[in-house]
Amino acid sequence: MNYIEHVGKYFMMLGQIFKRPQKFRVFWEALFREIEQLGIKSIGIISFISFFIGGVIALQTALNISDPLIPKMLIGFATKRSVILEFAPTFCSIILAGKVGSYITSSIGTMRVTEQIDALEIMGVNSLNYLVLPKIIATVFFYPFLIILGMFLAIFGGWAAGILSNMFYEADYIAGIQYDFAPFLVIYALVKTIIFAFIISTVPSYHGYYVKGGSLEVGKASTQSVVWTIVVIVIANYFLTQMLLT
Amino acid sequence: MIKVNDIHKRFGEAEVLKGISTSFEPGKTNLIIGQSGAGKTVFLKSLLGLHTPEEGTIIYNGQINTEMTIEDKRDFRQELGMVFQGSALFDSLNVEENVMFPLKMFKKESKEEMLERVNFVLKRVDLENSNKKFPAELSGGMQKRVAIARAIVMNPKYLFCDEPNSGLDPSTSILIDNLIKEITQEYQITTVINTHDMNSVMEIGDKIVFLKDGLKAWEGSSKEIFKTDNQTVVDFVYSSNLFKKVREAYLNEQ
Repeated sequence: MNYIEHVGKYFMMLGQIFKRPQKFRVFWEALFREIEQLGIKSIGIISFISFFIGGVIALQTALNISDPLIPKMLIGFATKRSVILEFAPTFCSIILAGKVGSYITSSIGTMRVTEQIDALEIMGVNSLNYLVLPKIIATVFFYPFLIILGMFLAIFGGWAAGILSNMFYEADYIAGIQYDFAPFLVIYALVKTIIFAFIISTVPSYHGYYVKGGSLEVGKASTQSVVWTIVVIVIANYFLTQMLLT
Repeated sequence: MIKVNDIHKRFGEAEVLKGISTSFEPGKTNLIIGQSGAGKTVFLKSLLGLHTPEEGTIIYNGQINTEMTIEDKRDFRQELGMVFQGSALFDSLNVEENVMFPLKMFKKESKEEMLERVNFVLKRVDLENSNKKFPAELSGGMQKRVAIARAIVMNPKYLFCDEPNSGLDPSTSILIDNLIKEITQEYQITTVINTHDMNSVMEIGDKIVFLKDGLKAWEGSSKEIFKTDNQTVVDFVYSSNLFKKVREAYLNEQ
């Protein structure tokens, strides 16, 4: 199957997903289950990575400012901008593509190879709508909160790195993060996050739903889905940046 | 009652079903047997509506498959139960939730009413104290029983089983066979079983359809299969020495 066929099949899958849930009670249960699995269980890794990456950005910026004419507040400013523009929405989405993407592909793929999806279809359940729609809603609504948390923790991590290393003053860092705050950049980051969340939930679902074979193929599909999710995120990131910031 | 009239199913160039006609009555256990590649699975999937035959018709209690609207097909799906070869229980749900799933999806009943029905069917398959266990905690035989419970919880008119004994020890196989037969008779369900198990053929086959190369090579009851002189059936069913001796003993008795 060539790439164009895959793209066509992916959009046909989306057509099946976006239908009215057959039973809202069942849909809500599935939605809360997915919020827990895909969102709440990702808080730990996003918090951990954000804090340390924020620290690294601040330290590296500080190390690269040797000219005494450049104000030290640039460290806080650069950390804030890097985190809001790229690190939080894109880097965190790539981390989530690895963690959540492989989970989605392997769970749906296992359901496929063990005939659980056939069982749903035979019962008369729209399996794509039942399995994938709660994942999309859960990620699209929850990930912006996760990314905002990542932004705060990364900026906090930068502050903590400065305090612990004595490489810059706290006052300079605080002045830097307060300097020239542009709310549109946060909106830009959240728009990107919502689109990346959609990609993170649908591309791995596609790979899992159409897997053929056994457990080995499910493993291969998980790896492929992570790779393709990252590729799609990176391409989407480029076009979104061009559309929203230029 | 299911009536199959001259169905053909092709996949590209390959014609897998080459014109099969037969009928399956309610309250009877109907077995489809044949070598691997004979078309059993495609035939069963055609009966389930997962494959659409290019030619021929399948009539379910007077409803012709080719004339069914999307709504008819949706209603029809709720009238059938399926037991898969690997049970196909939902891993993330416990026994009670697995069996309750079709009720939650399609019935407008209170949780208490649904739970009552679930407990009733679980009792019927002798699984009364396993409500909160997950599929991974159950033996193969128990998983099959949960699958049967889930298949009958909606009071289906048709029950389809794909190799229900696969991977089970002989005594559990007999238990599952007997359970399917009892349920079929008790609820007057039209049951169609795809099997390789010759014990099932002898024990519960009210009607046996033997497929070979996409065609119906023979059909009859489990008693008639002892007497048949159809060499293809004899070669397949009595391929083991044990069954050969059983057949000889039966024929000598007659």
